[in-house]
Amino acid sequence: MTTTWVFSEESEGHAPASALELLTKARSFGDVAVFHIGAGSDEAFAELGDHGATSVYHLTTDEHLPAAAAAAAFATLLEEHAAELVLFGMGNTDRDVAGRLSARIDRPVLANMVDVSLDGGTVRATSEILGGVQAVVTEVTAPAPALVIVRPKAFPAEPAGGAVPPVTAVAMPDVGRSGSAVVTESHVEASEGPDLEAASIVVSGGRGVGGQDKWSVIEGLASELDAAVGATRAVIDAGWVPARLQVGQTGKTIKPDVYIAAGVSGAMQHLVGMKDSGTIIAINKDPDAPIFSVADLGIVGDLHQVVPKLTEALQAR
Amino acid sequence: MRIAVCVKQIPDPATPYDLDPVSHRVVRPNDQVLDDTDRFGVEVGLQLAEANEGTVTLFSMSPSGSLQGIRQALAMGADKAVIIDDENLAGSDALTTSKVLAAAIEREGFDLIIAGTESTDGYTGVVPQQIAELVDVPSLTFARKVETTNGGIRIEQQTAGGYDVVEAPLPTLLSVTSGVVEPRYPTFKGIMQAKKKPIDTLTAENLGFSADQVGDAAAGQTITSVEPIPAREAGEIVEDDGEGYLKIVALLEQVKVI
Ligand SMILES: Cc1cc2nc3c(=O)[nH]c(=O)nc-3n(C[C@H](O)[C@H](O)[C@H](O)COP(=O)(O)OP(=O)(O)OC[C@H]3O[C@@H](n4cnc5c(N)ncnc54)[C@H](O)[C@@H]3O)c2cc1C
Ligand SMILES: Nc1ncnc2c1ncn2[C@@H]1O[C@H](COP(=O)(O)O)[C@@H](O)[C@H]1O
Repeated sequence: MTTTWVFSEESEGHAPASALELLTKARSFGDVAVFHIGAGSDEAFAELGDHGATSVYHLTTDEHLPAAAAAAAFATLLEEHAAELVLFGMGNTDRDVAGRLSARIDRPVLANMVDVSLDGGTVRATSEILGGVQAVVTEVTAPAPALVIVRPKAFPAEPAGGAVPPVTAVAMPDVGRSGSAVVTESHVEASEGPDLEAASIVVSGGRGVGGQDKWSVIEGLASELDAAVGATRAVIDAGWVPARLQVGQTGKTIKPDVYIAAGVSGAMQHLVGMKDSGTIIAINKDPDAPIFSVADLGIVGDLHQVVPKLTEALQAR
Repeated sequence: MRIAVCVKQIPDPATPYDLDPVSHRVVRPNDQVLDDTDRFGVEVGLQLAEANEGTVTLFSMSPSGSLQGIRQALAMGADKAVIIDDENLAGSDALTTSKVLAAAIEREGFDLIIAGTESTDGYTGVVPQQIAELVDVPSLTFARKVETTNGGIRIEQQTAGGYDVVEAPLPTLLSVTSGVVEPRYPTFKGIMQAKKKPIDTLTAENLGFSADQVGDAAAGQTITSVEPIPAREAGEIVEDDGEGYLKIVALLEQVKVI
């Protein structure tokens, strides 16, 4: 019987960052079981064990969209083990499985949490609202298990040197029509430069950049600083850059050492994805732009003046 | 094709909202707008209906107020709306919302359900998946492109590193990202026609839910505290005099990244 569970979907032979972060937190509550779906590589199992998983239950997936079957299999495991707390990340499949599981076992799901505690069987979780201005603590009063979706980087992923845990294979349940969706193709869009989530410097552009043809001003600065490029949703929606560069509530949550935002207004939904960065520098022509409220340094001015000069000065060094 | 589109009316995000100090609920004004996220779902629904001799029915659970948001969606071209408005529903969590919407949609009959990936004010992002489980259909989430196939739906599903192509037979559910289509603006004619379109109003009881199965009573969670988070220390804000970039260089040096 293990009371704390973490959901994990394998990604290119590895455990996802979300599962390692959640395990780091969850191991402070005692033994942690992982429900892992995907091909099931030894590498992934070892990573899970290293971060505190004491057992792994593995569902091998096929070409079907896995959420419905995974939710059904997970429901059975949770019941067998009298689980109290189940943690999910914010990935597509995490949210699909969490939502479907919630309806299946008739338990609420808390979403967008940044902290969670399990104390004598009581689960409490914290979320941040209004772009991180207020912290709201919610206590689960429904019967166990409590389902909690946690934002990325809420906890650091720290290895604990655990052994490879025992892995139990889980049979694929037949979920009939709910399981009838099929993934027919997978496309990975080419990416250049450092990874947005791992980079120590990020340069983000917003709608204020003024057009796709002018986006090179952001890329130029980023390449000079060996930084990753980020963007607001307004930029993604306009189609200037691919969606994986989006920073914010529906995009990535990042904590680089330095975050430079140019032509970004600083909407609540953007701030939640970057406000915990080490040093924040903002360039915006509107002195009242909310981004300045989180900036360590704010330059009120035209980014097309400031950024090229900055890039040049860095080049000259 | 019978297309059900879930749309939420929300307080205008441009105006600051208040939390009731006791219930911690958002105080909902009488005038509410259509959640911007759901304009994309309505547009996808209308395009599919136009191409497949379909009908678009809107489903919304909320205090209906002046119905401004629903009329916006009807003015875009939806055929009718089903509103579930009931005092007992106040304080409902995502799962109860999903149960109520699922019951209303099943009562009406459907081939395809469309929702947004996450609402602007609630943003739990699980209502679509919960509805899908409750009505026993696949959940094709995060669709950035949608088309019909022979008897089914094919989407491009946004993923962390790119996209997958996912197909399912009808009936199914899909949730759309913003940017999937360009939502149309209501025309004058559309606005006039919207006034005559049918809006059915149901209570939770009409759908078979007793008072203790919905709202606060059924939420299974309670807010125990709301605390301010200490703000970041105010930074230095300077007007660019042509040399603002030097300040940035100096700060980058100070934090030792250059
Ligand atoms: C459910 C939901 C989820 C969302 N999720 C996200 C998310 O994950 N990430 C996200 O970013 N947004 C998200 N949004 C959108 C968010 O609300 C904002 O609309 C968006 O962040 C605004 O992007 P922006 O700052 O690029 O554009 P705008 O708000 O249009 O701001 C542009 C800024 O550029 C400045 N500017 C213009 N020209 C110049 C110039 N020449 N030099 C300097 N400054 C200039 C302007 O003063 C302005 O402040 C979400 C919204 C919803 C409803
Ligand atoms: N009260 C509601 N009425 C109608 N649709 C809703 C409601 N709440 C959520 N939805 C739908 O579910 C999507 C995701 O919402 P959420 O899970 O709240 O983030 C929204 O974009 C809507 O399409």
